[in-house]
Amino acid sequence: MAKQYVDMNTPVIEMRNIVKKFGDFTANDGINLTVHKGEIHAILGENGAGKSTLMNQLYGLLKPTSGDILVNGKKIEMNNPRDAIAAGIGMVHQHFMLVQPFTVTENIVLGTEPTKGVSLDMATARKNVVEISERYGLSIDPDAKIEDISVGMQQRVEILKALYRGADILILDEPTSSLTPQEIVELIDIMHNLVKDGKSIIIITHKLKEIKESADFCTIIRLGRYIGTVDVDTVTESDLASMMVGRNVTFKVDKPEQTPGEVVLDVQDLHCLDYRGIEIVRGLDLQVRRGEIVGIAGIDGNGQTELVEVITGLRKGTSGKVLVNGVDVFNKSPNFGFKHGVSSIPADRQKHGLVLDFSIEDNLILQNYGKEPYSQKNILQRDPIFAHATESIEKYDIRPGNSEKRPAGTLSGGNQQKVIIAREVQNDKDLLIAVNPTRGLDVGAIEYVHKYIVDQRNKGKAVLLVSFELDEIMSLSDIIDVIFDGKIVASLPGKGADENELGLMMAGGGKKHE
Amino acid sequence: MSKKKGFLEFVAGNRFIHILLSILLGFLVGAIFLAIMGLSVGEAYGRLITSVTSLKGFSYVIVYSIPYIVVGLSVAFSFKTGVFNIGAEGQFVMGSMAAAVVGILAGGLPKIVLIPLCFLAAMLAGAIWGVIVGFLKTKWGINEVLSMIMFNWVAFYLSNFIAGIPAIHSDGTAEATKNISDNASTLLSKDLINSLGLCPTANWGILVAIAVTVLVWFIIEKTTLGYELKAVGSNKFAAEYGGINVNRSILTALAISGALAGLGGSLQLMGMGSRISVFSSQEGFGFAGIVVALIGCSNPFGVLIAGIFYGALTFGGSKLNLVGAPTQLINVIVGTVVFFIAISIIFQRLRYIRKPAKPKAPAPDKKANGKEAAEK
Repeated sequence: MAKQYVDMNTPVIEMRNIVKKFGDFTANDGINLTVHKGEIHAILGENGAGKSTLMNQLYGLLKPTSGDILVNGKKIEMNNPRDAIAAGIGMVHQHFMLVQPFTVTENIVLGTEPTKGVSLDMATARKNVVEISERYGLSIDPDAKIEDISVGMQQRVEILKALYRGADILILDEPTSSLTPQEIVELIDIMHNLVKDGKSIIIITHKLKEIKESADFCTIIRLGRYIGTVDVDTVTESDLASMMVGRNVTFKVDKPEQTPGEVVLDVQDLHCLDYRGIEIVRGLDLQVRRGEIVGIAGIDGNGQTELVEVITGLRKGTSGKVLVNGVDVFNKSPNFGFKHGVSSIPADRQKHGLVLDFSIEDNLILQNYGKEPYSQKNILQRDPIFAHATESIEKYDIRPGNSEKRPAGTLSGGNQQKVIIAREVQNDKDLLIAVNPTRGLDVGAIEYVHKYIVDQRNKGKAVLLVSFELDEIMSLSDIIDVIFDGKIVASLPGKGADENELGLMMAGGGKKHE
Repeated sequence: MSKKKGFLEFVAGNRFIHILLSILLGFLVGAIFLAIMGLSVGEAYGRLITSVTSLKGFSYVIVYSIPYIVVGLSVAFSFKTGVFNIGAEGQFVMGSMAAAVVGILAGGLPKIVLIPLCFLAAMLAGAIWGVIVGFLKTKWGINEVLSMIMFNWVAFYLSNFIAGIPAIHSDGTAEATKNISDNASTLLSKDLINSLGLCPTANWGILVAIAVTVLVWFIIEKTTLGYELKAVGSNKFAAEYGGINVNRSILTALAISGALAGLGGSLQLMGMGSRISVFSSQEGFGFAGIVVALIGCSNPFGVLIAGIFYGALTFGGSKLNLVGAPTQLINVIVGTVVFFIAISIIFQRLRYIRKPAKPKAPAPDKKANGKEAAEK
């Protein structure tokens, strides 16, 4: 990135020596951050390093224990997000803050609804929303309800919501974590358009590639401490990775050659409808054998979400067969599938993966609470449950440690995902389905997740991987199946697959889910 | 992000403080009303305290509190398991009527058989009343709050109808049922009551209430059943994903909650009422149960204490007219307490949003509920 739009003489945000303590825990320990007009500034750090805490202070959600925040050269004190919005700061959160039964338009204008007399003027609101979505090239269906649209679409709505409020300084918390590769390219374009307009962007991300592609400067935080700010042009991805985790990181997945065994998952001529009652999976065939990873590559909205929902029993299909080890689990309960060998890492970890109110130890036994040693004669046995959690926290590096009794909702996204992976991998089923398993995780955590997925394959399990990260699909899969318009349109070996060729097949006839 | 144990402990501690503060505020608002009416605050509250602190007064308080505790447990159980049992009122009425019918028609049975039989009949009636609503919800997605409120009225009129059946109806002129058999009564013996100086309706129902408190705590905290029901209550999507049968859990939760409310009805009848009057309006035990569950933070032992507190307010309140203060003052106090507790619950709920909602955006809870409602 040439810093063509950066005005180095006009700092818009200065955070000086920020310290934030929660009790005896120091989440931020003397962090400095300067962002200039027209600059894209990346904040890099592992899960739980204190990035979100830092940004929450900038957005008025938390107050620093000590340190100063200057906006446009003026020291200001923010007590709540309203103050931040008034200062021209907008934030897009990693976990969406959307009202599920409301439409896209209603969500975007929420709190700033145009009115006609005393009534809402939804026609104008809709017009405004369409206008702004076209201006920034983020196409959406303004009338769709949030609960009916994909995670990727919801993210777009969040971004539009901040843009709608006309913020000059935009904080994006993991904005690309759920976008498809195409959408990410589009987003980076949007970000460039915004800085050209004189806006500034702070982007929290773990994705080194995107930092290289989009950011001008990058500030690295490790374990709450300020490591440094670098000019992105002068460092490599692996420099950034080592600064972030404090050790050298390998990106390569070690995957021994092996011959796949018999078929575990056999999907035959599957059909199902989406939320609108339109057929989205249209006669799909798919096979996954023991000891292989089959990656589903496709653009969001081509039926992969629904496919997984049918296999795991969360959605009823209209026709077809889903054989797991020869047993048809089609249109059976999730429990039936589980008993016959299906385990999965769901796409929406907070909705399907975890009971956020429950402690980590209780989440770890979600399918096994009724079995020994976790219960005997229907009485929960707290000691084995606790011991199991201690072991999992250790083995899967769930942070913070000693967190057996903490509600899962208090963990960072990456650590929540580790809880789910710990549970599903330890279930040791013949089939593991992983949907966007590394969404929102940092490189350190991604390394772990990939290792566990490949381990399952090496142990002779069948793995079905659905991911919008083409890199992930290509580095893990033995076989890549390209899904387009509800069907598998191509099946090719993962080794030596070409990104451009895949992208082309994924775009098929170019029909998006909108 | 890491918000350590200290923070959660602080919130947990805060919860208790919040309840106490709410109660204090309730009395403060009550005092303002008394002052406006030109009555002596000291005298009224003094009366309230003296009337419940004597041995006899306290025995009244305990007797009053029995149904509140058990119905409170019913509602608390439903809160924990994600269904809002606003139908405890109807289940209570069904339970007490079932106990009355058994206590009248099978009056000849010995105490040791008849009393458990009455309890069982009451629990069964309450459970059925809860399960019907659960069935409507799980089968056709009918909102349980609406059907429960309607079922409260069905129970109300059904009870009045049964009270009018000749075999049940009082032989005298009273618009009520016959008295239940002495063998179905949980009253302490007259001698014991007189020698200890207790109130005339002193009964051992409180022991049942305490036993049920422990049992409910045990089910919720220690059993796989409690785990399942709580999982469904907290996040039914994850529960379903994890392989729990969500519909069966909802039915089970409503059956248990209904059985508890029904049991509350029988304890009230067998210890205090001895017969059921033809009602002209709902008695409100079920609604009192909601208040008790709220004050008790849905914790079984909290409910036990809250039930006694509520019993003290109702009994003490009935003595307020002796000093010229209206008994409705108690409703003002209770209403204020509930109001402030409800506010504190909203703050409590915000605890899991690591990044609080933007201004004007509704709390995510609401979002989740809306989602659930829309799902059905």
